[in-house]
Amino acid sequence: MTLRHMLTGAAALALLAPAAHAERGSDGQVNVLYWQAVSIMTPYLSSGTKDLEAASLVLEPLARFGPDGQLVPYLAEDIPTLENGGISEDLTTITWKLKEGILWSDGTPVTADDAVFTWQYCTDPDGGCAQLPNFGDVASVEAVDPQTIKVTFSVPKPYPYGPLVGAQSPLIQKAQFANCLGVAAPTCTEANTKPIGTGPFVVDDFKANDVVVLSANPNFRDPEKPAFANMVLKGGGDAASAARSVLETGEFDYAWNAQVEPEILTAMEAAGKGKVVSAFGTLVERIQVNQTDPDPALGEERSTVKHPHPILTDENVVKALSLAIDRAILIETGYGAAGQMTCNLVPAPEYNASTNNDWCKTRDVDQANKLLDEAGWMMGSDGVREKDGKRLSLLFQSSTNSVRQAAQALIKQDWAQIGVETELRNIDGGVFFGGDPGSPDTFQKFFADVEMYANNFDGTDPEKYLGDWVCSQAPSIENQWQGNNTSRMCNPDYDALHAELGKTAGQDARAKIAIELNDMIVNSPSFIPLVHRGRVSTKSNALGGVIMNPWDSELWNAADWYREKS
Amino acid sequence: MFAYALRRLLFAIPTLLVISFIIFALLDLSPGDPTANLPLTIPAEVREQIRISLGLGEPFHIRYVKWLEQFFVNEPLHLIEQATGWSFGEGQRMRVISWQTRSPVTDLILERLPQTLWVVGLSYLVGILIAIPIGVISAYRQYSWFDQFGTLFSMIGFSAPTFFTGLLFIVIFSVWLGWLPSIYDTNLRVTNAQTLWLQIRQMIMPVMVLALFNAAQLSRFMRASMLDNLGQEYVRTARAKGLRERAVILIHVLRNSLIPVVTVIALGIPTIFGGAIITEQIFRVNGIGQLLITGIQGADIPLVQTLTFMFAVLIVLFNLVADLLYGMLDPRIRYE
Amino acid sequence: MSDASVGAPQIDAPQRSLWSDVWVAFRRHRGAMLGVVIFTAIVLCVVFGPMVYGTDPQFIDVRARNAPPSLVHPMGTDNIGRDIFAQVLQGGRVSMLVGVVAMLISLVIGTLIGVLAGYFRRLDGPLMRMTDLFLALPLLPLLLVAIMLFRDTLRVLFGPEAGIFLLIVFLIGITSWMQTARIVRGDVLALKEREFVLAAKSIGTPSRRIILRHILPNVLSPIMVSATIGVAGAIITESALSFLGLGFPPDFPTWGRLLYDGKDFMTLTPARVLWPGLAISLTVLSINFVGDGLRDALDPRIRGR
Repeated sequence: MTLRHMLTGAAALALLAPAAHAERGSDGQVNVLYWQAVSIMTPYLSSGTKDLEAASLVLEPLARFGPDGQLVPYLAEDIPTLENGGISEDLTTITWKLKEGILWSDGTPVTADDAVFTWQYCTDPDGGCAQLPNFGDVASVEAVDPQTIKVTFSVPKPYPYGPLVGAQSPLIQKAQFANCLGVAAPTCTEANTKPIGTGPFVVDDFKANDVVVLSANPNFRDPEKPAFANMVLKGGGDAASAARSVLETGEFDYAWNAQVEPEILTAMEAAGKGKVVSAFGTLVERIQVNQTDPDPALGEERSTVKHPHPILTDENVVKALSLAIDRAILIETGYGAAGQMTCNLVPAPEYNASTNNDWCKTRDVDQANKLLDEAGWMMGSDGVREKDGKRLSLLFQSSTNSVRQAAQALIKQDWAQIGVETELRNIDGGVFFGGDPGSPDTFQKFFADVEMYANNFDGTDPEKYLGDWVCSQAPSIENQWQGNNTSRMCNPDYDALHAELGKTAGQDARAKIAIELNDMIVNSPSFIPLVHRGRVSTKSNALGGVIMNPWDSELWNAADWYREKS
Repeated sequence: MFAYALRRLLFAIPTLLVISFIIFALLDLSPGDPTANLPLTIPAEVREQIRISLGLGEPFHIRYVKWLEQFFVNEPLHLIEQATGWSFGEGQRMRVISWQTRSPVTDLILERLPQTLWVVGLSYLVGILIAIPIGVISAYRQYSWFDQFGTLFSMIGFSAPTFFTGLLFIVIFSVWLGWLPSIYDTNLRVTNAQTLWLQIRQMIMPVMVLALFNAAQLSRFMRASMLDNLGQEYVRTARAKGLRERAVILIHVLRNSLIPVVTVIALGIPTIFGGAIITEQIFRVNGIGQLLITGIQGADIPLVQTLTFMFAVLIVLFNLVADLLYGMLDPRIRYE
Repeated sequence: MSDASVGAPQIDAPQRSLWSDVWVAFRRHRGAMLGVVIFTAIVLCVVFGPMVYGTDPQFIDVRARNAPPSLVHPMGTDNIGRDIFAQVLQGGRVSMLVGVVAMLISLVIGTLIGVLAGYFRRLDGPLMRMTDLFLALPLLPLLLVAIMLFRDTLRVLFGPEAGIFLLIVFLIGITSWMQTARIVRGDVLALKEREFVLAAKSIGTPSRRIILRHILPNVLSPIMVSATIGVAGAIITESALSFLGLGFPPDFPTWGRLLYDGKDFMTLTPARVLWPGLAISLTVLSINFVGDGLRDALDPRIRGR
């Protein structure tokens, strides 16, 4: 570096200090790559995370979850609580105040009417709104005055931060979507792909499933942000090549979801052009253990609660299966920085995470063998245990994904060491998660003994997520195989305690019950936790201001991103 | 021959109707679901509502007839209206809407067709231009060094799948050498020499990957067919007449050897419009192939149905063209 | 046609049949014999290799992940520590079998339909429209539907691996014959107007005989090319299927799948893509050489030389 460069560099540094002092649009263009391309810009009609995150650049909710899981006000002045009177004593209403002077990107003011409209839009019975659960139990949303929004629930809501909070339910502009209610929703192509929002960027050009071109919102509330004048959000391809374009070729600044074997990522990172960033939310890769008998001979009643599973309802057998798994190797081979050991269903936020089940963290083959011996499963001549003429042989299914197949192979070998025979099967993700009642291969039908997938919940409150494990959530012919209790666990004590959670307010009290529920699941024979998975993305060294957020959109603070001066 | 072409065209209509029905039934039977990509946090009732809002609540035959009407009546009318500014009838006509993007399928296709035609079309052309000389020379000098090398090249060419060669090219030319971009920029507008150069640079890798694969196949057919013809009596006659060797090979033998090659090319042209799923995916060219695969993965029935049906139309059409070309290449072939 | 062999030893000038001539010419063809040798070697390797080599391709040695080639692991290991050499040997069994059987199915169907459509004008229309239909069918949904409908039945009848094998081979065969059919038909259209066919017709030779004696040998070269391309195509299609979760169980190696799984590790452990890729190429090459030899041997004008 020459002296002149050093001087100007120092001068620039002194002037800019933190880059937050930059002018709006002074940093040129930022290139972001989502290997699942963006299909639509409204989360209400979206088909997945990628659409939610793209939309979060344009549309904003009243409050978002910050990187620590706590709420951060966005369009709202502050977060309503019981203490500040924003939440009523009977827990049935929550009142939000909008910040003063917030404008839509077309220059018109944001009012409480827009919030009311957003609720009407999503709850229209003909609209097929994907975010309907966020408006669950909402009796009404009213505009008390242009700045005040009052949400009333039909039942007491100890945790009322569902509607209009988080990346899932941002505000949309009434004027733009007024003619898009109900059946008309999909016909509003212009509004669905170029929504008017309050976020740091506005959509200039939208090519479905390919690329979104955005530019800085001239009416964004912080006059100095965003630092970038343009953003290009390209889509398509696969995770490995997306990471490569940031870490090795440097063509892109940020690539979403680097679901790649850790050694490949490390090798790419060694090129020195970028970094891997990660953060941990609530995603847990797990093995669900079928509590009902999937034997094809049962015909229609296969995998229904009428026939308990002949082997896997014994908690000692399942505990032995869990003890035999080498979780450290699973993380090392499949996840690297994106995986942590966990023995919980609810691994985060910290106040909700149980510490009572850490026995699963150390692999103990001897103990596992002992448990199986005690349960009456005796080693047969071919190395597979037997009991009453039955072999300890399991069908293990999962969705197609190279990391999952490697994990399946590793677990198969672990189980072989304790005399358990495993047949592996992988199913195309579209079919496995498709929920088509006509297909035998959905994760809900669960025509196998054990299955592996990952699940999480939105936001930080696990009430709804834990509700997946009550008896009535078990998939069956009667409910067209819907319902998320794929293991078909049924424990009346659990159901009662979960009902209790629905009546309890206050973070600490709720956390205590949540931990108790978590422990009941983990110690039942229906669940084997594997890995607490984080979000991993890659960012170039030339991009500054990135803070990974596992609770909301990864692009939640795109307004603060800036070009790193080199 | 004109009457034959006309008869074939008329016969194509029932054929295409049957094909469209079979495709629709197949897609309907297929176990994918449009809500499969939604996060697991979205409950079953909401999924059911989404399905109903997509029209999945209606019985099979009604959906099929609706699609027929949208595709054969509404879409052409819309295209005419757009092109001429006239308007037929009143009100909104229901167009074929994609479930994933909630936008009209034909708009998506029109948006993507240029990239596909450029990249896949060009690769096809390059492939043909490489394959025919290689095939001709290899056959003419059978078992020479050139032929052996050509054989080896084409064997590797079609046993190395494009998912592998594409990645190999990226590793070599983008990562190690840093010469070419690994990601296709679809927003690039060619306005001057500099942008033209950018456009060429970003097209080199996808075009070459596909061209190699096509050339490998085509050159084998060309070689085999040339070999069959080189031994024929008419070649001896032509030589005996004192024709120059070049004329014998290029005019007589080449023309007679083209029949299988024309078939392969004619079968290939519809696939140009169909795009190249894997190559487009690797280089992120937003072409028809990429659209099709995202449609299939997302169980976007209207999109897949429309695309495959247009594909079927092209297949029927180009097979007819191939048949007509046979007649021109070899006048002995007669269709009454 | 093998009646020559019955009385052959007694007669001074043995009566030569077409096929014995072909065999003699074939044996003299250097390329063809090379092809046969390579092909046999690969077959022997994949059939007996796993027994001789002895390492279980599914055994995971977690301490030796991504290992470079060594004495213990001649081709190194993959990212969870499975021996690549063992996997290539094992994978060859399925890949070779899938490639060859699917190719044969598609050749038989393709040739049959092509010849019938080209030769009999009445059949041309319906058969070619059926070909159009198959060309237009979207492969992926078709496979999904077929797997959904038949997998469990076949699994019960033939066991998980054999059942899936039959299904895959059949599906690949049934969806890849169209190009062969169109090419053969095109050639037959031209051939049946040629003098020798017209001559055979005029002396009242039955159609079956014309097709077998005069037409088929003359369309053999495009068929041979289709065969080589077909083997490569089937091996690769199988890998695409396993990748989509439609193929064999995930811990069941095949060449195409090894190549696919290894592609991201290309720079880290190049052996993972090199060997399966080479194996596919060699197989295809050897079949191509055999095809070339067969074609030359069947051509009476070349055979004499």
